[in-house]
Amino acid sequence: MTTERGAAGGMSVDPTTLLGGSGGLGRQALVTSIAVLAGLLVGAALIILSGALQPGGTLDFGLPLVAYRALLDGALLCEEGFQEAGILCEEGGILDLRALGNTLNASTPLIMTGLAVAFGFRAGLFNIGAQGQFLLGAFASTLIGANLVGVPFPTAAAIAILAGALGGALWGFIPGALKAWRGAHEVVTTIMLNFVAALGLRYLANGPFRDPGATFSRTPDIQPGAVLPTPIDGSPMHWGIVVAVGVAVAVWFLLFKTTLGFEIRTVGANPFAARYAGIRPRLITILTMTLAGSMAGVGGAAEGLGITKNYPAEYGTSYGFDGIAVALLGRAHPFGVVGAALLFGVLRAGAGSMQRQTDIPIDIITIVQGMILLFVAAEVVIRRLLPAARARRATATAAA
Amino acid sequence: MTAFAIGRFASISYRAWAVLGVIVLLALAAMLFNVPYLGGFVDWVINRVPPTFSLIVQYATPIAFAALCGVMCERSGVVNIGIEGLMLTSAFVAFLAGAYLGPVVGTPWAALLGVGFAVLASMLLSLLHAWLSITIKADQVISGAVIIILAAGGTAFFNQLLVSTSGLSGTLILPHLSIPRELTTIPFVGPLLLALLNQGPIAMSLIVCVVGLQILLFRSRWGLRTRAVGEHPKAADTVGIDVYWVRYRNVVLGGAFAGLGGAFLTTELSNSFQDGMTGGVGFIGLAAVIFGRWTPIGAFGAALLFGAVQSAQLTLRIPSSAPPGELGELVAALPPEFFGILPYLVTIVVLAGVVGRAIPPAADGIPYDKESRS
Repeated sequence: MTTERGAAGGMSVDPTTLLGGSGGLGRQALVTSIAVLAGLLVGAALIILSGALQPGGTLDFGLPLVAYRALLDGALLCEEGFQEAGILCEEGGILDLRALGNTLNASTPLIMTGLAVAFGFRAGLFNIGAQGQFLLGAFASTLIGANLVGVPFPTAAAIAILAGALGGALWGFIPGALKAWRGAHEVVTTIMLNFVAALGLRYLANGPFRDPGATFSRTPDIQPGAVLPTPIDGSPMHWGIVVAVGVAVAVWFLLFKTTLGFEIRTVGANPFAARYAGIRPRLITILTMTLAGSMAGVGGAAEGLGITKNYPAEYGTSYGFDGIAVALLGRAHPFGVVGAALLFGVLRAGAGSMQRQTDIPIDIITIVQGMILLFVAAEVVIRRLLPAARARRATATAAA
Repeated sequence: MTAFAIGRFASISYRAWAVLGVIVLLALAAMLFNVPYLGGFVDWVINRVPPTFSLIVQYATPIAFAALCGVMCERSGVVNIGIEGLMLTSAFVAFLAGAYLGPVVGTPWAALLGVGFAVLASMLLSLLHAWLSITIKADQVISGAVIIILAAGGTAFFNQLLVSTSGLSGTLILPHLSIPRELTTIPFVGPLLLALLNQGPIAMSLIVCVVGLQILLFRSRWGLRTRAVGEHPKAADTVGIDVYWVRYRNVVLGGAFAGLGGAFLTTELSNSFQDGMTGGVGFIGLAAVIFGRWTPIGAFGAALLFGAVQSAQLTLRIPSSAPPGELGELVAALPPEFFGILPYLVTIVVLAGVVGRAIPPAADGIPYDKESRS
């Protein structure tokens, strides 16, 4: 009954537009690349504009190349003049291990929140709540991690990550259950729950769980055993990226190689047909949201155990919200999500270097991400511009 | 008309109003029969709460404008979660226009022009949302997310580029209307009048917008068409209503309301702009739309309620205005986050149908396709 009511309540996710629509893998990749390129082009125009707006600036059409080069320097490559920074750089190599580590660390939470949103898409659910689920994961994992006194590394870290997964799962279960049992739309409930999580955890980190010795309000630091170590000398990369890629593979297996995954995708494609096929859409809805929440929770755990080491009361992060863009750019496919997260990780990690070298505000990265998402959303327009589609439409009209 | 309006207002949720009524009755009884603890609390409500009305209206104004934008869009069947982005953009545009025009045309005019530009900017951004969600038939939630991301990035980008480096400062705040002293000294009604009338032009225009939109939505040809398109676009199309045009018009005009709400933040409430200064007001506006059951007056009532909750976290901090007695101590000891969470929590409860179910327009969020058979 509830599924009918949910559908009548509007705003159901249309799988064909979200999951790359029609067309083969090559075509999807082409359309996605065009969207990314168009986003970077808009970014280039803004870079030229910002160069002209700076005090004493002029219109410099070469500036975008300089800026994007600086971005790549900061995210992947060996900066000229900073040769001593990474191991590979000393040997005259191209890739900078230190910068690469930062990029991978920035990608790790994006992969997890991207998976959380993408997994929901597969069941026809729009999980905007990755932000709240991420925060719950970060809080639960750091809190548990801080209390695991004397527990050695792999065990303590594993327990803390599990706690993060459970925290995120709880924040995914609530909207899932409200949708399944009460027909409350998950878009609205997850938006509201994001704020409940941010404010509620701010209170907890400020009051009951505040570290009394800390200068600013935050929870206590995690125990050494719970810290995700950095395996490579000279690189800040922590184990989180391995966990994230591992989860991505697991999600791919679950979605495309198991009965449960088939049921999830069937509910996403057509909940009514799924019911006639003996699948229980309500159960799948709750299960999908809970699992999606746990993924974002693991992302929060990876960030909390690998980077912040505690939960700051004023946790200004947008990893959860960025996950929406990552999932869409990745076509809601686990491996696509990994690719999209790596791209956004490059943008994020390199933005600082770009700002230092060219004085372009770091926020241009957000605009570029928004534009990429805009072009992905408007991909019908891109499709119409592609020659094959045009030819096909021409023959279709000729036949008619 | 009044009966009609009250009926719509009551539609927030009959059961919720019943609960409120019981609380008010209990409070009155407590006052009359001088119940210990509660008696002091009621005295406090009567003496200390009216001066905060003005603050409540100031908190409620941006929420209510966001909600009006939401009502306009969702009644015609377009979900707009990007209101937060519209407001952030218009707040920045109003600030920027005021700051640049201030030395040229003088402060009050610059601020007014800033409001105009803010409304225009918000309408332009709404046009993008309309195009994406109506013509392109992109997912409306994604389109809204695009607007939020672009607004957050764009305002922060240009804020650093144009404002932070040059030290540009805003214009003066738009002047408030001063009302005669005789009116404000009337017991209980006085503070109410003061709260509603001693405001800048945008906050004062809010009540006109709310009542006007309420009447138009339920008593005009435009309103009937809007609701028809939002409930059953195919039927509306069959009788010759241009579904796309109605939706475009509503989304873009709704953007004007969001623009006013954003401009309020930088021309009336303060004269400065900070990155992300809307801080979720657009989302609380969405909550107000749901809590007010997709009616302008209901949404306004919800905005006042949410505004009261938000202002409570400020006024309860001040020892002199804190409520007395054990109950007062309990309320004053609540963390500020509790009041911040309340609007979101209440919306979840209403959506879950625990206290009266909220049912959106039937075609809310579904792109209309002329060619489709369903």
